[in-house]
Amino acid sequence: MKTWSYLPHTEEDRAEMLQTVGLSSIDELFSDIPVAVRLGRALDLPQGVSEWSLMRELQALANRNTHVEEAISFLGAGAYHHHIPSVVDAIIGRSEFYTAYTPYQPEISQGVLQAIFEYQSLVASLLGMDVANASLYDGATALGEAAMMACSHTRRNRVLVARTVHPEHRQVLGTYARGQSVDVVQIAMEDGMVDLEALETMLGSDVAAVMVQYPNFFGGIEDIRRIADMAHAHGALLVVSAYPIALGLLESPGALGADIAVAEGQSLGNALNFGGPYLGVMAVRSDLTRKLPGRIAGQTKDREGRRGFVLTLQAREQHIRREKASSNICSNQALNALAASVYLANMGPQGLHEVAYQCLAKAHYAQERFAAAGYKRVFQSSYFNEFVLDLGDNAHEKYTELSRDGIFFGYPLGKAYEELSSHVLLAVTETTSKEQIDYVAARLEALA
Amino acid sequence: MSRQTIDYPLIFERSTKGRAAYSLPDRDVPDVAVDQLIPAGYMRQTAPALPEVSEVDLIRHYTGLSTRNHGVDTGFYPLGSCTMKYNPKRHEQAARLPGFALLHPYQPEETVQGALEMMHRLQNHLAEITGMDAVSLQPAAGAAGEWTGLMMIRAYHEQRGERRTKVIVPDSAHGTNPASAAIAGFTTITVPSDATGGVDLAALRDAVGPDTAALMLTNPSTLGLFEGQIVEIARIVHDAGGLLYYDGANANAILGYARPGDMGFDVVHLNLHKTFTTPHGGGGPGAGPVGVKAALEPFLPVPVVTQTEQGTYTLQSDRPYSIGKVKGFYGNFGILLRAYAYIRTMGPDGLKRVAQDAVLNANYLRVRLADKYMVAYDVLCKHEFVLSAKPFKVHGVRTLDIAKRLLDFGYHPPTIYFPLNVEEAMMIEPTETESKETLDAFADALLSIADEALSDPDLVKRAPHTTVIDRLDETLAARSPVLTYQASVNK
Repeated sequence: MKTWSYLPHTEEDRAEMLQTVGLSSIDELFSDIPVAVRLGRALDLPQGVSEWSLMRELQALANRNTHVEEAISFLGAGAYHHHIPSVVDAIIGRSEFYTAYTPYQPEISQGVLQAIFEYQSLVASLLGMDVANASLYDGATALGEAAMMACSHTRRNRVLVARTVHPEHRQVLGTYARGQSVDVVQIAMEDGMVDLEALETMLGSDVAAVMVQYPNFFGGIEDIRRIADMAHAHGALLVVSAYPIALGLLESPGALGADIAVAEGQSLGNALNFGGPYLGVMAVRSDLTRKLPGRIAGQTKDREGRRGFVLTLQAREQHIRREKASSNICSNQALNALAASVYLANMGPQGLHEVAYQCLAKAHYAQERFAAAGYKRVFQSSYFNEFVLDLGDNAHEKYTELSRDGIFFGYPLGKAYEELSSHVLLAVTETTSKEQIDYVAARLEALA
Repeated sequence: MSRQTIDYPLIFERSTKGRAAYSLPDRDVPDVAVDQLIPAGYMRQTAPALPEVSEVDLIRHYTGLSTRNHGVDTGFYPLGSCTMKYNPKRHEQAARLPGFALLHPYQPEETVQGALEMMHRLQNHLAEITGMDAVSLQPAAGAAGEWTGLMMIRAYHEQRGERRTKVIVPDSAHGTNPASAAIAGFTTITVPSDATGGVDLAALRDAVGPDTAALMLTNPSTLGLFEGQIVEIARIVHDAGGLLYYDGANANAILGYARPGDMGFDVVHLNLHKTFTTPHGGGGPGAGPVGVKAALEPFLPVPVVTQTEQGTYTLQSDRPYSIGKVKGFYGNFGILLRAYAYIRTMGPDGLKRVAQDAVLNANYLRVRLADKYMVAYDVLCKHEFVLSAKPFKVHGVRTLDIAKRLLDFGYHPPTIYFPLNVEEAMMIEPTETESKETLDAFADALLSIADEALSDPDLVKRAPHTTVIDRLDETLAARSPVLTYQASVNK
């Protein structure tokens, strides 16, 4: 007999309920749909399957993938394989969190609301900013929202974005900008870093924001202080997109002069998941608070003085302001933000420093080993845990050969940078072992 | 739950210097001199203010927080237009398989063929369910889907050399509709509802013109009513050269019975976290795939998953008319996987039964509550219906009070004060996953609250009585915002 796990009604229930409603058949429930638009056939979908068959089918699909722990992976470029402590899944797997919706009723949603408040506190401190929102979709959309916010705040219509910012993030920024008729101009790069001379010539009284990444897409540590001074001298805001793990060692964007700091928050306890769901972190100086897009939780009191948390400053949002809202977003990535909070609380200041240190140390060890094997780093700047190599002649063949051996040898840069068609961007984290690095260095030597 | 006697601590208030919960791999490479590798002035001077807690205290903190939260697994959650149905546990298990969870988005395509095949099948299934020709899985949420769809509509008109700047929305529309239209560069025209809750056709005829880019419509509407004039509406908009956008927030009601594509819609978004059971996550992540008719296919965001002649799957980005990228990487893959699992579990018969029971449950509650509440439009509804608490206003009891009183009975209240065109609105969507016993108990609670509102209005106005905290001062929160722990300490 066919049963439905998620549909509780028995035929008796249905008959009784239909009688209450005053109808004699289920189909009468749909009599208000004009015949002309009714689907007169069954949907052309495969028949439903049992839990057992479903899990076999999904396992078979999963088996046709090779995941990063079955390979030796040097992939980063905006998504990073860090160790995720077991406590993260233990907490985000609690269904009081994951089966709830946006906390519209604060009295029975203090769990999510306080978790968001703590998240805002954690990421604001990490980024060195005053205030954070409850999170956005991902790092790419956070960059787009930051540009719109800067234009709205400065009443200017042009943003400058460095070519050393993640290419996909720049593409998403471009889509946001087209909708709003905002002019996006790319800042040229020099030796894998922002070309400061070019930037100076592009700045003017029409520029709303200068947007840079830190460390940049190639791993380089940009001179954020200098860029901040240049932007501010022209009344433009500085938007910094940061890699949260690096901030265990590197000075915070806020301390360097950022007005808006954003980040792809995946590296904070979120699995790679083939690109999503992740979270967009956004934090600002306090005078920009009321321009923030998205949800914000705030502390308040109940009628008897107890501390509690609510969604606040909602006058910015779409359900109140409709077409005048600061953004159309009406959700956040609450569960991903919870994962980020649990991750940061688990690491503490000491753990975050240690993971950042290991990333730095292992990346430099790998870079030296690969250089010794004949593949020298292309750019000269200081870097955190990512660097660029030129695979030279037959780069594609070499990349494919390594891939066949179970080595994901980075992100081929030719996809996004024509002039770097034989180059790869490599990332090293604490999950990469010395043994793996040594093995790959030996394989490179054999290739060269 | 019972009232808290002391404030629940913040994670920061549990911190003791020197404690640590983390465990990292051993350092296996030679030590480096950090100050030689990081330029002067770029070493962090002040450590971030992260708490220092042990693992057990960390777990107890968040476990305690979870008990101060109501989810679908805790109890009934009839939040209108949010489709708070049960979230299958098999999906949670499947999404955690290492062969999915540990895939990097930039792996060589030959190493992610299973993931791409799943996405390709899902694109096809969603196209069939909506009656559209092509689907993008990129948008991260419903509002992101709206923006994506509107950017495609804009590109479509521009490519035809037409400048169309206006998007029409009914007054019952979700707030995201006008907000998304604004973000996509359109101005919004609002048309009123007619006496039956449908679109006022005369007002629509007046509103359309050579500047009409699109009409955005939710069908069934936020009143839970199927828009029976849809064929005429589509004709009016299409004759004026505009396109029809379908807000899929309420698609649960029509699965297998009707498809937006057959009603004349050109662009559709679906909320996978509503109709397709993916968990709401406390506010996200969700997913808002967009389907389009063939004329709009060239404008889909990149990449699109396609099948090659050799039968393999690939992420196609070389699409010259594409609106570009709307999100990093390829959409919320982990959410897409759960929706795929749901469609595979239910099949065509199961999905149709979902619509049947969702509509049956809504009508059953509507009829059971009609005695003591005013039903805004007391006719056959679809997946949800709207009550008005206006009659209680003379007793000083408002919709907000009734919602708060429901908390004492262990229920999440309905959506309140929406849609905007119903005074003192309460929008109830039970979903198909609730049993008759649950619906009866909920109806009994609402009916007894209606009695209380007359016999003891203060009891309702002072509610809730049993939650961990009482009603919170939202004015105080907005007037002098305290948005971080640091700010609360400095206050």
